[in-house]
Amino acid sequence: MASQEMEELVSREYTQGFVTDIESDTVPPGLDESTIAFISNKKGEPEWMLEWRLEAYRQWLTMTTPSWAHLDYPPIDYQAISYYSAPKKDEDRPQSLDEVDPKLLETYEKLGIPLHERAALAGVAVDAVFDSVSVTTTFKDKLAEAGVIFCSISEAIREYPELVRQYLGSVVPQGDNYFAALNSAVFTDGSFVYVPEGVECPMELSTYFRINAANTGQFERTLIVCDKRAQVSYLEGCTAPQRDENQLHAAVVELVALEDANIKYSTVQNWYPGDENGKGGIYNFVTKRGDCRGDRSKISWTQVETGSAITWKYPSCMLRGKDSVGEFYSVAVTNGRQQADTGTKMIHIGEGTRSTIISKGIAAGRSDQAYRGLVKVGPRAKNARNFTQCDSLLIGDRCGAHTFPYQEIGNNSATVEHEATTSKIGEDQLFYCQARGISEEDAVNMIVNGFCKDVFQELPMEFAVEAEALLNVTLEGAVG
Amino acid sequence: MLEVKDLHVTVEGSEILKGLNLTVNPGEVHALMGPNGAGKSTLSAVIAGKDGYEVTSGEVLFEGKNLLEMEIEERALAGILLGFQYPVEIPGVKNIYLLKAALNAQRVARGEEEIPAPEFMKLVREQLSFMKMDGSFLQRAVNEGFSGGEKKRNEILQMLVLQPKLAMLDEIDSGLDIDAMKVVAEGINSLRNADRAILMVTHYQRLLEHIVPDRVHVLVDGRIVKSGDKNLAHELEARGYEWVLEESAA
Repeated sequence: MASQEMEELVSREYTQGFVTDIESDTVPPGLDESTIAFISNKKGEPEWMLEWRLEAYRQWLTMTTPSWAHLDYPPIDYQAISYYSAPKKDEDRPQSLDEVDPKLLETYEKLGIPLHERAALAGVAVDAVFDSVSVTTTFKDKLAEAGVIFCSISEAIREYPELVRQYLGSVVPQGDNYFAALNSAVFTDGSFVYVPEGVECPMELSTYFRINAANTGQFERTLIVCDKRAQVSYLEGCTAPQRDENQLHAAVVELVALEDANIKYSTVQNWYPGDENGKGGIYNFVTKRGDCRGDRSKISWTQVETGSAITWKYPSCMLRGKDSVGEFYSVAVTNGRQQADTGTKMIHIGEGTRSTIISKGIAAGRSDQAYRGLVKVGPRAKNARNFTQCDSLLIGDRCGAHTFPYQEIGNNSATVEHEATTSKIGEDQLFYCQARGISEEDAVNMIVNGFCKDVFQELPMEFAVEAEALLNVTLEGAVG
Repeated sequence: MLEVKDLHVTVEGSEILKGLNLTVNPGEVHALMGPNGAGKSTLSAVIAGKDGYEVTSGEVLFEGKNLLEMEIEERALAGILLGFQYPVEIPGVKNIYLLKAALNAQRVARGEEEIPAPEFMKLVREQLSFMKMDGSFLQRAVNEGFSGGEKKRNEILQMLVLQPKLAMLDEIDSGLDIDAMKVVAEGINSLRNADRAILMVTHYQRLLEHIVPDRVHVLVDGRIVKSGDKNLAHELEARGYEWVLEESAA
């Protein structure tokens, strides 16, 4: 599309009633090609990027929202959403922690979040948060020294267009699914990581991200590329409860691992789950996929999902390289009226590929959750191996847990194992602990954390500790 | 220390305890014997506060306090500890973690500080070697994959660490070979002192050769029908329960 046309589209948007006296950087609700052009223009993107977005949008128009998941929610009105708004100005945010909801602060306290991070997480104006700026700068220098690129996706599109163009959409194509198509058309935020050949990223890309995660967007797009023999560990999200005015979140995460590369991607998701009736909670529809493109590459997903009213999420691995390895470790906790349909896909394409799936689901209150996993072994994947274990723990008798394992085996040299258990949190276990003087609540926490141990030990150390605390907070009052 | 007065208990609609009376004083070791289904384990479960047991009348006092109004953990913190016949497995929870949590719950309830880690380790290691248990025990998940003997030793280890006022042992001798029995009995004997009471539920005289009781009670059909000293246990072993039944019916 010529830039002249684009400008026309943008200006047409203005004539359609764009109200300048509110905030000049926000588009009114609604989605059409001009909205997309507006976003692309705002981000200063090259033309190919706009084309890419529009292609996605046109595919999205022909698609329908998936209905196979074990979820129940009212239809979403995509024309009622505003697809671009500039970051909140500092003067609109709380100026200090004194202005923040004390309940939120109490939770931070329980989770043991460091003081200087609490302000950032609560959305306090950045210049009021001491330290965070200098910390960020130190990290940036260290990464630059190692040659690691770590920046926002928008910056990457401008600064490293060749890399982005080569890899964006190469794992999750624009038309992959309904939510991925929508994301491809309108994404405005997200991160880009490139670790060059032979480089081991000198730090966990976590603390940095955590401080900056307070402003995560509605349609995030993350792309991580690990070149030959490179390594990176990335942590998304944070344990602190995050509130957001946007109900719908549809993120896309793409990981690319070349020969002998190793990517570890950990998520702690704690979006607002809504009130006890599920009102006001976040809908989290995420597409996450890793491509083990090179031989002996490895991608490992670890997730702790405690938030959101609705979670729809299946981090997957395409095991294309010979002897490549995919792993999925998941803890999903639902309480109140939460619904979660989550799991993974392991697609074995290359010879000697291996995958491990460990999924732990904990349902309490009136919540409902499903594990949905696909293990697919293609005809060329000689000697592929998979081990799957999904365990569900029920607390109380008004919740539900379901397991939907799918296997498609196209090669008879493959070894595929599946183990599944569902248990109620044992009254005998509770009684045993209580008869030793441990309170019911502490006993539940102890039993649940024990149940999740196989997954927690995959998390980076500091987050494992926070994840345990998070579980305890999530399940507060679940028993009794 | 413990007073059980005219205790009636029903489980799922049927009456198991039918007016049970029992008094246990500090320093005493009591053995509760009787045929299967007499209500022996029901008594210890009711004292510990397990769900599913309905007390229809009677009372249970511990150091003068009404036990039946207390939560399970409050009873434990008051000094009552139940050693289980079938200790449950808790996957993923390390033994040492449970021990420490239980000990600290006690200390906090008494208004003390939590125990410092080195002090705790010293205490646990001493008791561990006394029970002839390997250090690796502490790192294993609670009762998971434990043999019958290991589970029972572990119950006694908890008693040694937690030092209850009243130790209740439910069929602690079941599933033990002679060697394990000796170790367990030594552990229990080491708990004996002037301030502590022990209430053992058992089927067999065998255990009582190692732990000599002060009082022996025969529980039949929900009531204690005969009490005596250690010789009563010998008599039961020799003659069975029939004669007690006949005597009490007469």
